[in-house]
Amino acid sequence: MIIKLVKMSVINLLRIALKALQRNKLRAFLTMLGIIIGVASVITMMSIGEGSKQSITATFSNMGANMITVMPYNNMPMPGGVRLGAASVQTLTLSDVTKVKENVHNISAVSPGVSSSGQAIKGANNWPTSMQGVSPDYLFIRKLSIAKGTNFTDEQIRESAKVCVIGQTVVDNLFTNGVNPVGQIIRFGKIPFQVIGVLAPKGQNTFGQDQDDILLAPYTTVMKRVLATIYLQNIYASAVSENASSGATDEIIQTIRDNHHLRAGVENDFDVRTQADLIQTIGSTSSMMTTLLTAVAGISLVIGGIGIMNIMYVSVTERTREIGLRMSIGARGKDIMWQFLTEAVMISITGGLIGVTLGITASLTISNLLSWPTIISESSIIISFLVCALTGVFFGYYPAVKASQLDPIEALRYE
Amino acid sequence: MGFILEIKELKREFVVGSQIVRALKGVSFSVETGEFLTIMGSSGSGKSTMLNILGCLDKATSGEYLLDGVNVKQLDRDALATLRNKKIGFVFQAYNLLPRTSALENVELPLLYQKGVSHKDRRDRAMTALEQVKLADRYDHTPSQLSGGQQQRVAIARALVNEPVMILADEATGNLDTRTSYEIMTLMQELNQDHKKTIVFVTHEPDIAAFSSRTVMLRDGIVQRDTPNANIKSAREALNSLPVSDDYQIS
Repeated sequence: MIIKLVKMSVINLLRIALKALQRNKLRAFLTMLGIIIGVASVITMMSIGEGSKQSITATFSNMGANMITVMPYNNMPMPGGVRLGAASVQTLTLSDVTKVKENVHNISAVSPGVSSSGQAIKGANNWPTSMQGVSPDYLFIRKLSIAKGTNFTDEQIRESAKVCVIGQTVVDNLFTNGVNPVGQIIRFGKIPFQVIGVLAPKGQNTFGQDQDDILLAPYTTVMKRVLATIYLQNIYASAVSENASSGATDEIIQTIRDNHHLRAGVENDFDVRTQADLIQTIGSTSSMMTTLLTAVAGISLVIGGIGIMNIMYVSVTERTREIGLRMSIGARGKDIMWQFLTEAVMISITGGLIGVTLGITASLTISNLLSWPTIISESSIIISFLVCALTGVFFGYYPAVKASQLDPIEALRYE
Repeated sequence: MGFILEIKELKREFVVGSQIVRALKGVSFSVETGEFLTIMGSSGSGKSTMLNILGCLDKATSGEYLLDGVNVKQLDRDALATLRNKKIGFVFQAYNLLPRTSALENVELPLLYQKGVSHKDRRDRAMTALEQVKLADRYDHTPSQLSGGQQQRVAIARALVNEPVMILADEATGNLDTRTSYEIMTLMQELNQDHKKTIVFVTHEPDIAAFSSRTVMLRDGIVQRDTPNANIKSAREALNSLPVSDDYQIS
């Protein structure tokens, strides 16, 4: 019985508030507009932020999420105080690769890395690219695959064979006549190489880098025939899983330190980075942007709330006689308070619903028209909706209390 | 017949700055069920203060006010609101109808503040009240689509819908021309005589008082005169004796 009575008065309350809003449809809509824009922009911003974050993560896992990269590093100034870039510092050798292969658990593949930039030439065509000297395992580490032909073999590594595997961009620029590149001879600088394989295209990554502009050759060939060096520019390794990468990193550091005979307290002469670190760094930049944009959108939600408060105050003043009348026919102070509070919350919730719809539409439009990745998370919808309901209560409360405290006699006489 | 309201030595004082203004200086009278009482007085006589107290919108500084056996003095703000909702039907000079709201919804209004009245019940009772003021066919009209007299009749229906023990009218004919005033008074007399409603009518027009069964004249905060009306004028006859409206010609 009591529940029935309460239910009845809630329905009456909604009825009264709804009728009051219907009497001023345009004003109610304009008041809602602030909330609509606020909620829609919060949802859109969060979906763009979430989308770009996911797409960055996807890029990195596509590049090999478990990849660990070792590069030479020397913080010690050279005599004369000049510091050198990583490529010029010569600390990593093939013996480091062998030791890592022998001693480090939790890694599934290791490859040395040397690179040389230069011009790839076929007949009348040429293309500026860089040749990567790697081991056959490199394809596994970088999640690359052969589309045509074969990868080079350990045998060819031993022989320093003049063979190469090329990416689609290189194919497009050198083989303009549609000839099958496999088996053809191209030149890199002055040295002829036989193309034995073509990599499956990967397209651009999130940063706009062309992942198909790639030319792979046995590392022995690049070290001996192209660069004439015994030093490596990189060591690539692949941890068995993303979780194992931090343990594997520690082991790699220790192995190379031992191999370089570095005593305790001496700084590393190399640097180890995991893909996970990079994801975190770039991910945090992107989530900072998301937070910033969402905060700006949140401010517009607050402004929308102030709009509600303003209109509710005007409404209370304008409807003073109505309030007086309602009181004289039996409305208690709290009935009046609930009426105005319900009106405010109705405005904000309706605005919130429209805003959610608009936000979702905007996100979908953006991802269709601009082909930006957007992901609409349920949490962003729930949070922004709750915030706007609370906005209604918060900013509707004071005008409602003001209305409920009016003296019926004075309210009835109000002109 | 029992008393619907009893007032004993009622005083109301206002503090304005450092001065005390005595609006009512000890007023006593009672109203029986079924009476049609007019309270008259010029401005400053304490008429409005009297009306506010009778309507339970204000409380006396001292003295007793019993409405249908309930001592108003002991009630708080919320209880007064409930009392107004159950026992009093207000009719105002300016009608005070909600704009852009149909006649039916305006009449329903007091029932929205009563618990346990179903939607259908509310609709039916509001319709019955509109029938009593002969406006059932205009139930879906908004105030702007009704004439002044019709608006006042909607307001009277609103005062009837909660079946109050007393209808309290405040200059209810003040905004209307003579003809429409007489129409309203005809309706009031009907409600009083046929439906046995107790009516307290506050006015300053003597010809309106002639339609009531008793007149209380206030002056300077005291009852100057309290006389039963031996010769009650019929509002219907007065209406019929009026010359046909010559405000505009129907060709």
